[in-house]
Amino acid sequence: MSTPTTHPLAPRRVLFGRLGWSALILFALLFVVVIPALHLLVPTNHPLYISSYLITLGGKILCYAILAVALDLIWGFAGILSLGHGLFFALGGYAFGMYLMRSIGRDGVYHADLPDFMVFLNWKELPWYWIGSDHFLVALLWILLVPALLAFVFGFFAFRSRIKGVYFSIITQALTYAFMLLFFRNETGFGGNNGFTDFKRILGLSITTPEMRATLFALSAAALTGALLLCRHLIAGKFGRILTAIRDAESRVMFIGYQPLWYKLTAWTLSALMAAIAGALYVPQVGIINPGEMSPANSIEIAIWVAVGGRGTLVGPILGAAAVNLAKSWFTFSFPEYWLFFLGVLFIAVTLWFPGGIVSLWSRLFGGARR
Amino acid sequence: MPHRQPVRSLAWWIALWILCTCSPLRAEWDAGLAATLANGDSEARIAAIRQLVTSGDPKVAVLLKALAEDGLAVADGRLARPIDGQWIDLESGATLTPTGTPESLSINNRVRREVQSGLALLRLFDADPKVRLEAASSLQSRATPEMIPALEKALGQEQDATIHDHLFLGLALARLSSKDAGQRLAAVKALGESASTTVRVTLSRLLEPAAEPDETVRREARDSLKRIERRLALGEAAGALFSGISLGSILLLTALGLAITYGVMGILNMAHGELLMIGAYSTYAVQMLFRNHLPNLLEGYLFVAIPVAFVVTALVGMLMERTVIRWLYGRPLETLLATWGISLMLIQAVRLLFGAQNVEVANPGWMSGGVALMPGVVLPWNRIIITLLALLVLGLTWGMLNRTRLGLFVRAVTQNRAMAGCVGVPTGLIDTLAFGLGAGIAGLGGVAISQIANVGPDMGQGYIVDSFLVVVLGGVGQLAGAVWAAMGLGIAGKLLEGWVGAVIAKILMLVFIIVFIQKRPQGLFVLKGRQMEG
Repeated sequence: MSTPTTHPLAPRRVLFGRLGWSALILFALLFVVVIPALHLLVPTNHPLYISSYLITLGGKILCYAILAVALDLIWGFAGILSLGHGLFFALGGYAFGMYLMRSIGRDGVYHADLPDFMVFLNWKELPWYWIGSDHFLVALLWILLVPALLAFVFGFFAFRSRIKGVYFSIITQALTYAFMLLFFRNETGFGGNNGFTDFKRILGLSITTPEMRATLFALSAAALTGALLLCRHLIAGKFGRILTAIRDAESRVMFIGYQPLWYKLTAWTLSALMAAIAGALYVPQVGIINPGEMSPANSIEIAIWVAVGGRGTLVGPILGAAAVNLAKSWFTFSFPEYWLFFLGVLFIAVTLWFPGGIVSLWSRLFGGARR
Repeated sequence: MPHRQPVRSLAWWIALWILCTCSPLRAEWDAGLAATLANGDSEARIAAIRQLVTSGDPKVAVLLKALAEDGLAVADGRLARPIDGQWIDLESGATLTPTGTPESLSINNRVRREVQSGLALLRLFDADPKVRLEAASSLQSRATPEMIPALEKALGQEQDATIHDHLFLGLALARLSSKDAGQRLAAVKALGESASTTVRVTLSRLLEPAAEPDETVRREARDSLKRIERRLALGEAAGALFSGISLGSILLLTALGLAITYGVMGILNMAHGELLMIGAYSTYAVQMLFRNHLPNLLEGYLFVAIPVAFVVTALVGMLMERTVIRWLYGRPLETLLATWGISLMLIQAVRLLFGAQNVEVANPGWMSGGVALMPGVVLPWNRIIITLLALLVLGLTWGMLNRTRLGLFVRAVTQNRAMAGCVGVPTGLIDTLAFGLGAGIAGLGGVAISQIANVGPDMGQGYIVDSFLVVVLGGVGQLAGAVWAAMGLGIAGKLLEGWVGAVIAKILMLVFIIVFIQKRPQGLFVLKGRQMEG
């Protein structure tokens, strides 16, 4: 089987160094406070004004970054490559999307109590699993509970059977593929092909105002900071040590008396939870969720963000998600037909020549100071 | 229901029939016949027509046709028809000079029906099997007891199996409307041998005492109905089994290449679906070449497409192995990501070359149509050919791995690379060739898919998950597992599809595999060993 992969950037005992804390605080200040403020308070013709296009793009990338951190926790530190994280992301998005659909109220195309797609399908009442979806708190509960429960049950059986490596990757891919097929059906009750869109308001407030955009952006940035802190905290402690040990030599960890199942399961469920939160923040910002988010291609793209940034570094995946998605925005605008070539080359180049990703460039340039 | 004649007519008919079979095949072309046809009442006319039909005289057809077209007359007591303003004697063909105005024969609808049936009966003895088949199938719905003797005679001398079946059914239906309970009983028994839904409907009508007064016939009908239903269910099951096997063959064709690259060599090739796609596009390209340059040989393009697809995809595969995969041996997750990158580039390359739209690959003419296994169960030729192709490719792959020097080397390298190298096996070259072989087989899978599914740049993505599941379910490292897994998934998938619909069936299969792998992570077939990873 595969040889154990020892990563050069083993976790350190402290949460962050002085530099790390400064960078984190700077990041939080900039993204949670300054940028939203620039969007809201600066007049539109001022050079420092952040346009609504930029803030939406930025908010989207922040959500992707949370997703990348979530995948890094499980792939970088436990060695479990999930090709189904798009599923948890989408489930979080769908859970919040249900609330958003309900809060459209009678302002839809058909002016009916039911969401438009149900009227279109000639349904007379809400399916049972939609009950309570008009309450914000219930929506929050579903965002956390549904993906976490799915991840827990799936992970429990998978890890108990000691499925790992590419086998695990393939069955997570099959899982998200199965869910995609399920959500594509109109009868499943989540809008089929088109999914949810045309959202109007959150908690009674219009979704299209600059204030709402800035708030969602700030929330995403805060969530990303929180995810980073939480993961760093876990990794720096004993939990992280054992997780890394499982990644490198699972059998040996078992032989000295640890049960890898619970460590893996905790990391896995937590990772799914973060992905779901990212999805829930993503949907109101882009204004649509459909089963395409569950396609295997989307999930595998998350892995490339992590790999580009630097697997097992937590900060790297954030950079990776930002870099790849900014490149995607630029390419699909300027040379749409070459985007897939670029992405393909990126996949190959990162695995062949830059296994450490962007973060490793730092240590290459500065003589391994971080080592 | 066939029109029921009065009893008297039946007796008439039987009597005449007996008379007729005793006498030589010779109709009574006399004044009596002419008089009957001209002046007799409908009953008499019908009886005369029936007698004529059974006589076997070739001129009867001419007579009946003339009668049906209102072109028959009686001139001086002789039957005659006008041709080019002259009166031609029907029997001798001689030209007549009638003394008075010939009396034209007109017939009512009842008689006309009889004439039509008579003509159909006559056509049952036509030399052309097409005419016979048409006549036999048209008679099925309007068989009357009076036709029994003629049908029996036709049945006795019919050689063609399909026409024979139609006649058999027609005869039984004719007997069913007979007044004689014995005849009906025999008919019901005979109908029990059929497997047609129309017969099922006919028989189920007989279960009521109002429709069938005789208790024994009713009981026999019930038995026959049961037999037919069993046979129909069997046919349905056979049909489902066949479509399952055919789906399994497709799965096998798509997965066989992967069984080598992943199963034997351990390379997780996410671009496998794109290799299928390239195989399908090679087929398309060969088809276009034939269409533009060799239109006469278009029907045979597939025979050229198969080797071309193999070579093209094998070359692409070897290029992939040489440039990228070679550097990632022993790092499966990195291989996965890199080959995914390759797959994206292949998709985009094909899009730029052939356009983003699906292209049209037509079945050759000889692949359309099908073989009727039994009534209601038709096996389409393209499915049969794909199943055969799957068998062929399986045989070739197996032979290549187990019976050739290359296969020996491939197995040696996968089992112990260092040792194989020590005894002089060029391990690097073997890796490239083996990967090329796996890729080429994927290309053959692509040829098969192009014949039954859409061909477009994104088509590979739909097959990659399935292919991996087949290999993983079957167990890594051997072909037998992949065969069982593909057939099992194919048949189970088709059965589920009939039950819950295609999408839910697919989801259930995926869930089943996910659960199955939890229970048996090594797949169906495990190579016994005592390996333990670090």
